[in-house]
Amino acid sequence: MSTHDITVTINGAATSASVESRRSLADFLRHDVGLVGTHIGCEQGACGACTVLIGGRSVRSCIMFAVQADGAEIQTVESLAPGAEMHPLQEAFRRHQGLQCGFCTPGMLLRSLELINDNPNLTAEEAREGISSNMCRCTGYQYIVDAVLDAAAEMRAEEG
Amino acid sequence: MSGSSGPSVGAPPAARYVGQSVARLEDPRLLTGRGRYVANLVPPGTGHVAFARSTRARARITRLDIKAAAALDGVWAVWTAADLNPDVGSLRGSLVLPGGGGPPDHLLADGDVRFVGDPVAVVVAVSPAVVADALELVEIDYEDQTPVLDFETAAENNNLVHPELGSNVSNSAEAWPTTVDEAMAGADTSVRAVITQNRQANAPMETRGLLAEWRAFDETLDVWISTQSPHETALAAARTLGLAVHQVRVHMGDVGGGFGQKVFLGREEFAVMVCARRLGRPMRWIEGRSENLTSSNHARRDRADVSLGATADGRFVAATIDHLEDNGAYSNGGNPGNGRMACVHLPGPYRIGSVGWRTATVYTNTCGRGAYRGPWQIESVARELIVDMLARRLEIDPLELRRRNVLRAEDLPHNTATGLTYDRISPAECLDQVAEMIDYDGFRATQREVRATVGASLAPGERAPGAGSLPGIGVAVYVEPSAIGFGALATEGATVRVEPDGSVNVYAGTGSHGQSLETTIAQIVADALGVHPGNVRFHQGHGTPYGFGTGGSRSAVIAGGAARAASAGVRAKLLRIAAELMEASPDDLDLGGGAVAVRGTPARRMTVAEVAQAAYMRPDALPDDISGGLEHTARFKAPPVTYSNAAHACTCEVDIATGEVRLLRYAVSEDCGAMINPMVVKGQIAGGVAQGIGGALLEEVSYDADGNPLTTTFADYLVPSAAEVPSFEFGHIVTLSDSPGGHKGTGEGGAIGSVPCVFNAVADALAPLGVRLTDGPLSPHRIRTAILEAAG
Repeated sequence: MSTHDITVTINGAATSASVESRRSLADFLRHDVGLVGTHIGCEQGACGACTVLIGGRSVRSCIMFAVQADGAEIQTVESLAPGAEMHPLQEAFRRHQGLQCGFCTPGMLLRSLELINDNPNLTAEEAREGISSNMCRCTGYQYIVDAVLDAAAEMRAEEG
Repeated sequence: MSGSSGPSVGAPPAARYVGQSVARLEDPRLLTGRGRYVANLVPPGTGHVAFARSTRARARITRLDIKAAAALDGVWAVWTAADLNPDVGSLRGSLVLPGGGGPPDHLLADGDVRFVGDPVAVVVAVSPAVVADALELVEIDYEDQTPVLDFETAAENNNLVHPELGSNVSNSAEAWPTTVDEAMAGADTSVRAVITQNRQANAPMETRGLLAEWRAFDETLDVWISTQSPHETALAAARTLGLAVHQVRVHMGDVGGGFGQKVFLGREEFAVMVCARRLGRPMRWIEGRSENLTSSNHARRDRADVSLGATADGRFVAATIDHLEDNGAYSNGGNPGNGRMACVHLPGPYRIGSVGWRTATVYTNTCGRGAYRGPWQIESVARELIVDMLARRLEIDPLELRRRNVLRAEDLPHNTATGLTYDRISPAECLDQVAEMIDYDGFRATQREVRATVGASLAPGERAPGAGSLPGIGVAVYVEPSAIGFGALATEGATVRVEPDGSVNVYAGTGSHGQSLETTIAQIVADALGVHPGNVRFHQGHGTPYGFGTGGSRSAVIAGGAARAASAGVRAKLLRIAAELMEASPDDLDLGGGAVAVRGTPARRMTVAEVAQAAYMRPDALPDDISGGLEHTARFKAPPVTYSNAAHACTCEVDIATGEVRLLRYAVSEDCGAMINPMVVKGQIAGGVAQGIGGALLEEVSYDADGNPLTTTFADYLVPSAAEVPSFEFGHIVTLSDSPGGHKGTGEGGAIGSVPCVFNAVADALAPLGVRLTDGPLSPHRIRTAILEAAG
């Protein structure tokens, strides 16, 4: 199995590694870099649990090869709370119970962040449509929608 | 109850946190990517396990060649039935229901295969990549045999799924008094329908998985597993491997959902443990999504031939159900049959004088049936659909028809014709509340106007000018037997310990996998000990008192009862020690805010930490009969059943041209007694409703004519996304149960009531077209077909 040398920026830190051609980005992040917050729900690109941001855009890391990410800026769920404080989006998910088992949550958070960054004034309908890319089997989605709207409002206020 | 909480000491605890929407204690780690899921664990030296599975629904294995796979660099073992099956004991679950009769136990398919996905060989290799390569090298030749796929004809089929059992019927039961037929014949009107429910999959976001390690010279098996029941895992593993239970340590981290799938162990999980024992190294298996959708368990494949007889003014007089369920090839846990449970709950929340039922469970060459959130819910589907059909026949509004028959406070306690006794429920009140919430009468008025404009110009297959959608409203009412308590299910245990620094640990036999027990149990303990829930840490798995785990809407009542009893014991001890130290009577002490104070003399106080420190470090200062420490273990024995109830209502639009259903509003009025955490209750119901919406409209496991699964990915098996689920509105009626705290279970109800509620809304929308809907899911194709059939 051939390997490739790649250099990526993960949560702001430059990382070089040698990866097998068939190593998925999700496995690379989880098992080579040790960022296990990126969850694998289907390995079919369907459920969205493995969502990460590359250049600010949501990507299914289970169906992308690590080698394809060479040179990319990758953001995983671990970036949202680098210190002791959680991100406003995480706080909003907690306030509204936008999670139960927590397995879809990292992907759902990053997709939600992308939606808010794209449109800080998004409506409930836009939030609902926007997160329909990501499956959750526990919550019934409403409290995720509520959390996204609440977080967007808070982030707008912080932006001033 | 039999909780040994000791003598009552001091005033009862104040409900400071119970009843509040306390923010979940598990959330910070889950939100930051620090959840402790089993797939995170890959210790050095781990072997990766995978299964070569049957690609045939039914076949004899004519050649099984593992040489090439075994020879691949990095492969540690390839084993077949001949290697492993003799090594293992019973694979059956600990909970053996009456009328069981599962197939013989065997770990791997032996000589023949009986469904697509049947595990034939197990492969262990140095990495997931190598194990995937090795799987490709396992060669299996088959001689195909005719599979049994149609469960509706399986009972009469001479072709047997398990020839050694002599029949495709695994179990059956009936209670059909002749008086039922007489009552039905004497009814002014009766309606009958054959309702078939679509096969569904639990589909938790985290698939099954475990890491098992045999420590040879310690003779101990350590298991880290995604489970709903760590103690069932330990008991079953010990039985299968021939170990004592204390040789099995089951560790439980975070679990990404289960919905019934992770109560009992599957053959794969046993096989991983066997591999661990043979190889003496950690063995890891993380189920793939296609495996989960095709080989873990399926559910809900039921047929109900249901009849309801009534007087001319709509009073129910008799109901019957002839129920059949598809067990697949091997039921999950070894216990086929929810039929009896479904049938005895047919009367639901209505007065029905006479009820007859019959049920049978049949084998087919498909993935086995397992528990899925309200496994008996066909009773609600059958009953609530036939009630609406009767309403249309009698031209009585379905809500009004329900009101004429629903149990009211003055009817309680109520003995059903099937031998159940309901008490402390509120179906009439919930029905009224949900009708108000959904503005039932207002919707009907609007609907009449729309029907007048749309209905007038409808031609078959054509979109009506101006408006192509018909509005509908559906209602469903049910009584949920939560926290069923018999045999292995009857009790839960808990240990509560205040540590020497005043921090609190609670150990429970549960298997929380999204239900928020880390928070809700902490709320109960915090109230009893006068501390903040954040000062209470919750533990599951190894070292906890035995419990059946989490499922069956049982934890709030039974585990909550155990935690309450254990913490009451600690509270009594704490107050007695504090009283001794402060030279006061325990009855004069107030416990709260992390401190004990003499009532009326706030200056005389000790913190819980100070009392705890004394309890451990100053034994000579304690009352003579207290030997120190601040810990108590108790068990709670639940009543046989704790009934909760609810009424659901939803509105929808059905596009006549496309058959697409759009849900508009969804309201639930629920009575789960006293809520420990209202936010958590809402979340439980909302999640269940979303699953029921999926079951009614989208989700269908399907097989082709040869028994090949067609729904092997989430692109084929359609779990609802946010776009298909509406917003929810919740109302609560509170009728306390007779359990301590007054709680009732509410984990499953959302998934029970929503299927018939959505079904009824769609049928109501299409009623003007004469459409009759009896089979799920209500996909656009099925709705269009029904519209065209009704049009002739």
